[in-house]
Amino acid sequence: MIDVKNIHKSFSGVEVLKGISTTFEKGKTNLIIGQSGSGKTVFMKCLLGLFDYEEGTISYDGKIFSNLTEDEKRNLRAEIGMVFQGSALFDSMTIAENVMFPLKMFTKQSKSEMEDRVDFVLKRVNLIDAHNKMPSEASGGMQKRVAIARAIVNKPKYLFCDEPNSGLDPKTAIIIDNLIQEITDEYQIITVINSHDMNSVMEIGEKIVFLKDGLKAWEGSKDNIFKTDNKAVTDFVYSSELMKKVRQMYIEEKK
Amino acid sequence: MIYLQNIGTYFLMIVEMFRKPTKWCAMRQLILKDMDDLIIGSLGIVAFISFFVGGVVTIQTALNLDNPFLPKSLIGFATRQSIILEFAPTFISIIMAGKVGSFITSSIGTMRVTEQIDALEVMGINSLNYLVFPKFIALTLYPFVISIAMFLGIYGGLIACVYGGFATLEEYITGIQSEFTPFHVTYAFIKTFVFAFILATIPSYHGFYMKGGALEVGKASTASFVWTSVVIILLNYILTQMLLS
Ligand SMILES: Nc1ncnc2c1ncn2[C@@H]1O[C@H](COP(=O)(O)OP(=O)(O)OP(=O)(O)O)[C@@H](O)[C@H]1O
Ligand SMILES: [Mg+2]
Repeated sequence: MIDVKNIHKSFSGVEVLKGISTTFEKGKTNLIIGQSGSGKTVFMKCLLGLFDYEEGTISYDGKIFSNLTEDEKRNLRAEIGMVFQGSALFDSMTIAENVMFPLKMFTKQSKSEMEDRVDFVLKRVNLIDAHNKMPSEASGGMQKRVAIARAIVNKPKYLFCDEPNSGLDPKTAIIIDNLIQEITDEYQIITVINSHDMNSVMEIGEKIVFLKDGLKAWEGSKDNIFKTDNKAVTDFVYSSELMKKVRQMYIEEKK
Repeated sequence: MIYLQNIGTYFLMIVEMFRKPTKWCAMRQLILKDMDDLIIGSLGIVAFISFFVGGVVTIQTALNLDNPFLPKSLIGFATRQSIILEFAPTFISIIMAGKVGSFITSSIGTMRVTEQIDALEVMGINSLNYLVFPKFIALTLYPFVISIAMFLGIYGGLIACVYGGFATLEEYITGIQSEFTPFHVTYAFIKTFVFAFILATIPSYHGFYMKGGALEVGKASTASFVWTSVVIILLNYILTQMLLS
């Protein structure tokens, strides 16, 4: 379990996170949603220790992250898979080398074992014939999928995804969402996903944390996000015509 | 105040660079790649510059030696001294600060901007060791580059001297062999090693700790060239004072 208590973070005097507390459990897909600029990426980077925060604690399975030594932090991070919003692929390596990188660094597998594993995960993200392309030759959506493959290749204990399906077509987006949920369930890992895509919320939102202006405005699951009367949430969720119709139908169905 | 902080960060970076080494099989590839980029890739420009600057040094010395009582072999002697003592180790290092230094800063800076360094850190890799250490090892070959520069500089002088008709081949050869002090070569290579370390670390520092986007990568490259040159010139002065006087 990841336990977050009262995180405050500011950039040159401007407070971006104003005290966020929540927990993320094992085997569940945890979604952080909120408008663009609401602090999702900053929050996730605080979770990973990429940003220092002024106040608050984050503990991974009981161990307080900021109290760990550099080496302990690195050992913990070897068990983390992360998909960055901008993919962050290594542009001096081919796609296959990118995906193989965590295996090369942290396992003692033979070359053929690693290649098999790379083929397997690339197939799971729907990429079969892109092994030898360079990241700069891949489309944005392909890069995203490679980043996901790289994050899951070494069977992480913690999986963080910053908008894993932005820039993907609806069909691929659903494949990726389902993949993340399957992996979470299969390996019983802790998954945290940043998203502002309502499709994902409806597909895989087992726990949803709604951020607004640096505060946690709401918390719940996909089942009760449609029932809540919280103004901030309804504004966000029902901003599109389609979602308004969905709600209408939902309410009528209930009657 | 900010300068003190930067200097502190720089030294902490050097300490961190040697900690938690990356797996050897990966590191070996990185080192070979950096040797290719930084050392092999610089040979062409270094050879070209050394040869022609050697020639110019000789011509200018020859033109200034118009006193008939001075032996013509002084031309060779003066060329050898200026090339071994100053031109090859220092002048070439400044050129390398432009070529190799801006390459290092912009490649590491781009990795910072596109979050590739964060990606390394999140995987639990010591990114400083992963990125900077191989450059440092590759640049331990830098003295070979400087040896080549010394040879070609003196050779370029020879060609210019003989074909320009300033002195005969024998006079030039006598000149470059006269009053040879082996310690001058030691001094030159001590400088070279220090400059190699500077060339690997200061540009890396500017790339690694940069903030912002693509525009700032360009600015960081410029700043890295300026600071690398300044530090090389200052250390050149200090080392010369310490070793030669
Ligand atoms: N490195 C930084 N320096 C200064 N301010 C920053 C920095 N990173 C983020 N911010 C600010 O923090 C706020 C939250 O940004 P963040 O990237 O977390 O948004 P987000 O919720 O991820 O948005 P999106 O959905 O568009 O990705 C923004 O106002 C942004 O300007
Ligand atoms: Mg974001």
